[in-house]
Amino acid sequence: MTNTETPMIPNEIVVEHPEKREPIGLFTWICVGWLAINLGVALLTPFLPIANPKEMISMPSMGMSLDHLMGTDSLGRDLFARVAWGSRISLGVGLGAMAIGFGIGGPLGMLAAFRRGKLDVALSSVMFTLLAFPSIIAIISILSMWWPRSLAKIILVVGISSVPLVYRVIRAATLSAGSKEYITAARVLGAKDRRIVFRELLPNVAPTGLSFLLFGVATVIALEGVLAFLGLSIDPNTAPSWGNLINDARQSLNDTPQNWPLIIFPSAILCLFILALNFVGDRLRSYFDVTEVKL
Amino acid sequence: MSEASKNVVLSVKDLEVTFRKGRQRVSAVAGISFDLYEGETLGLVGESGCGKSTTGRALMQIVPSTGGEIYVDGAELTSLSKKEARSLRRKMQMIFQDPISSLNPRRRVKDIVAEPLDCWKTAKGEERDAIVYDLLNKVGIDPAVYGNRYARQFSGGQCQRISIARSLAMRPRLLICDEVVSALDVSIQAQILNLLEDLKKEYGLTMLFIAHDLAVVKNISDRVAVMYLGKLCEIGPSDTLYAKPAHPYTSFLLGAALEADPEIEQNRATLSGEPPSPLHPPSGCRFRTRCPFATEKCASEEPMLRDIGAGQQVACHYPLVGSHQ
Repeated sequence: MTNTETPMIPNEIVVEHPEKREPIGLFTWICVGWLAINLGVALLTPFLPIANPKEMISMPSMGMSLDHLMGTDSLGRDLFARVAWGSRISLGVGLGAMAIGFGIGGPLGMLAAFRRGKLDVALSSVMFTLLAFPSIIAIISILSMWWPRSLAKIILVVGISSVPLVYRVIRAATLSAGSKEYITAARVLGAKDRRIVFRELLPNVAPTGLSFLLFGVATVIALEGVLAFLGLSIDPNTAPSWGNLINDARQSLNDTPQNWPLIIFPSAILCLFILALNFVGDRLRSYFDVTEVKL
Repeated sequence: MSEASKNVVLSVKDLEVTFRKGRQRVSAVAGISFDLYEGETLGLVGESGCGKSTTGRALMQIVPSTGGEIYVDGAELTSLSKKEARSLRRKMQMIFQDPISSLNPRRRVKDIVAEPLDCWKTAKGEERDAIVYDLLNKVGIDPAVYGNRYARQFSGGQCQRISIARSLAMRPRLLICDEVVSALDVSIQAQILNLLEDLKKEYGLTMLFIAHDLAVVKNISDRVAVMYLGKLCEIGPSDTLYAKPAHPYTSFLLGAALEADPEIEQNRATLSGEPPSPLHPPSGCRFRTRCPFATEKCASEEPMLRDIGAGQQVACHYPLVGSHQ
């Protein structure tokens, strides 16, 4: 936008600083589109004209066809339907666990960085001690003992285990924003704590939080895949996750090596989804990075 | 000078700021006293680390003062409860050194300027917007064009203008300017200084102008105070102080300042060495370790700030100029 009229300004002519943000770019939009498709399918699966994922509707191990876009598995179930329903589980675990992680870790991290002092020392000692313990081992041992497994339990265990990580990231971002002069300025102007947290700190922590949220969802979805592979995710007979599908395919691949779509499709969709989350998260981070714009 | 008849806006008595780190104690400000009269500008100069910025921050209670009293319009600031002090601080505002980091990059200019009004809920709706428009116009930023921009879109000089507008929103009595031009280009510096002068007249401000650039301070200040290692060396009307410095340190400081005119004969005497660590300040006069005129007396007895006439006060046993009488 250029102004045709130059305003009368004493002393100095204000030079416009157009935002030097790079446009989002086609590639990122493709990634966003892919994420949106997955999310849309996950949300709308029950309403879409998709076959029942548990019903043996056709011959086993059929190749790809118009009737069965990705073929059928060793029991004759439609693979496309299973992948679509699987996205509900995988995305549910990813988003649900991160909701718990951010719901607890986010406010605690901001609180510790804002208050500092003893509260920060106490909270950080606990969190950093938890971080030192390999969380994958904790998750595996808890889930292998906690019977019967359900989606809620997996979300809960993975979510809680992500709290220290979220705490650390949010605390660091808050500390960095909190050391800026504008926080001092706000205090001098008479802003109260609440106002400083929500008006000054939060807008500067949110971009970091958002991109970390996307990385987090990607990591948790991959982690669920690992758990499923180890047989620790939810019972594949109730509802298959992407990880369950890959694990199923691995077992049947020995008998029917010609049925490679069985392992390729769930794996590819899982990989591409995680990849897209990472790309979008990274792009968002640089897009919102004020210092990069400034330089 | 009829300072005695004027109202004292700010009175500082034996202000001390001591920082602790473990067992070590650093007294950044070691007991300074001065008065600020209504409508005047007091320049506060000194080398880096002499405590001039800490003084400004202690006055705003950004860092807690560890001793002494601060009177703002007669009310003592340090003994007040947090709530009362916050309310009294409305009369004082501060502009910071780094113009860019003192504005939240993710907020809009008009919201930044309105922040004090929103914090104190003194104006709402159209009244609030009118005040913001007026302030932005006064500092030379067109509110219709730039009001909705984010702070990150402006250069240093423009950010400093926005900071000034924000600091004036509460109609303060006292403005503390902490190195407000040192981060700016020289051409922009002059514009900001002129702007401050104009606004000072218009708003009837009293200013404490903290800086290390002697030429800048000379132009803007009615009186100048010189600090060294947490103490005041000398305070006096800027013309007198620049023409006839009484403290050896002031004289060296002026000698180190460069003149724009190469023909001018300069006092070439300059200081060597660094100021001693404030962790272990010298006994007696703090300047004695670098002072060519130091004697036994300087080591044993601390010189107090005393009047030498013409509104000039000096803390030296052997001032360079005698009494003005």
